[in-house]
Amino acid sequence: MNMKKWLLVLLFLLVVLVGVPWMIKATGRWDFYYTLTSVALLSIASAGVWLTFYIGRINIGQGAYTLIGGYASAILVTQLGMNFWLTLPLAGLACAVISVFIGLPILRLRGVYFAMVTLVLTEVARLTALALSITNGAKGIVSIPLPTELSLFGFTIIPDFGTLENPKLAFYIAAVIMMVLCYAALYRIVNSRLGHLCRSLQQNEELSASIGVNTAYLRVVAYSISSFMGGIAGASFVSISQSIYPSSFQVVDSVNFMLNCFLGGLGYVLGPMLGTLMLYFGWDLLFTTGKYQLLIYSSLLILVIVLLPNGILSLSLFNRGKGKK
Amino acid sequence: MSTILEVKNLTRRFGGLVAVNNINFTVNKGEILSIIGPNGAGKSTLFKLISSFLSTSGGEVLFKGEKISNLSPHVVARKGVVRTFQETTIFRSMTMRENIIVAHHLRAKASLSGYFWGTAKARRDEALFAESADEIITFLGMEAIADELASNLPQGNLRALGIAIGLATSPEILLLDEPFAGMNHDETMHMVDLVRNVQKERGVTVMLVEHDMPAVMKISDRIVVINFGEKIAEGTPDEIRDNEKVIEAYLGREDDAIGV
Repeated sequence: MNMKKWLLVLLFLLVVLVGVPWMIKATGRWDFYYTLTSVALLSIASAGVWLTFYIGRINIGQGAYTLIGGYASAILVTQLGMNFWLTLPLAGLACAVISVFIGLPILRLRGVYFAMVTLVLTEVARLTALALSITNGAKGIVSIPLPTELSLFGFTIIPDFGTLENPKLAFYIAAVIMMVLCYAALYRIVNSRLGHLCRSLQQNEELSASIGVNTAYLRVVAYSISSFMGGIAGASFVSISQSIYPSSFQVVDSVNFMLNCFLGGLGYVLGPMLGTLMLYFGWDLLFTTGKYQLLIYSSLLILVIVLLPNGILSLSLFNRGKGKK
Repeated sequence: MSTILEVKNLTRRFGGLVAVNNINFTVNKGEILSIIGPNGAGKSTLFKLISSFLSTSGGEVLFKGEKISNLSPHVVARKGVVRTFQETTIFRSMTMRENIIVAHHLRAKASLSGYFWGTAKARRDEALFAESADEIITFLGMEAIADELASNLPQGNLRALGIAIGLATSPEILLLDEPFAGMNHDETMHMVDLVRNVQKERGVTVMLVEHDMPAVMKISDRIVVINFGEKIAEGTPDEIRDNEKVIEAYLGREDDAIGV
């Protein structure tokens, strides 16, 4: 990381943590907090999907892990009375562990076969949530309390969201910080030897194995990191909406996570973040077109994918001075 | 010379087809051994069995007395038996240098999480890999194209890159799959010198599968000939050149019955 990149990160943080709240206060559009919080959380789940793309697997099953993460957190909070902030990493870990068992057999598949199996995963997760008693079936889990205070040695790290006068802002800040941490981790993975090994998997698994890379292990590691991100995103969503149902995350969400990556660019760490933002706002902006919304939206999507197969970030606008790609 | 690799009664069946049938031979440390045979003789299958890309139906492969067949490819590579592929098998959207650096995986001392956090050990690894990659690039005389994307390189360079990737793993035995295929005479002779250098200066034992007879005769210390999955001859290039069975396998037999 050079000086210029640190400055850009700093600028980004200033905009999202100071600029955006100020704008919202000035314009009075308080609903934007919920929208932007959603974008931040969805882009965390998309970041996970992006990582599986990075090892050469098309993942259309992230919705399963957001659902599992959401239920894990909801159950721990409502049944065991745990602090939400503790359930957050636990929800991620639960997803990571489950994904190891699911990933071991299915990561042997490639291309469209892997994609098809993951597509089914979301539906399996939904039906499982519907059938089990611990998830309370179709009635779901409702009136989940807001996150309570997290303190260490009597020192408050995160205040009780229930007592705040503006919990929306608090959720927004928490989501943005989580998003930044996730993308920092992703950036680090991609730019370390770990990322080079992932790229070697993406480009040629046989050769990877022949230079001594334990391909099966590395695939599972990447997949479980991906699922971890899905889990914490799901858990956070549940805490904001204070409820979860089997239909909270569906196949269409899984598809959207994948589309976010495509749209932003599979070759760029920030691709899924930008993709999520554009997809989410694009859909909302087209609301004024009424019944043509879906038609225009999907046509635009096809156009972007045809014209910019490497994603929006591949536009020369973003690559000035970067040399050839 | 001591034996480094031993192929014992190696057999592989695909359904009713016996691709490799009860083959026995040994490889001496530091030699260049070629495996030749007509198309479909089972040469590639033999390579895949040695590098554990395929499981055996019978028999075994011993590396320094230790069994290496029916393991995972990465485990065999870790032991020092590394296979290169034909030219299309490289990391296409990495530069030549990146290809070679990634291929140093076996020498990595730090753990995966070590690389994530950038520990001192990981940084030492990275520096070492970069240095060693530069050394390999110089050794193969590829300085001018080191930062080109692999997908932009011509075939001859890709073969050299394949060998560079193999060398980066610091193997004891390098298995080369058709290193001269599709090359013109000059390129082939350059490649022959390169493989010779790999063997002489780095002490790597080389096994290769090849069709190009002049190159095989020039480069090999010994040759194993297989046909229809069975070993039909073994010996020095001169012995093989005069071997009746080999000539028969390649040129066919004079057969009065069909009037040839």
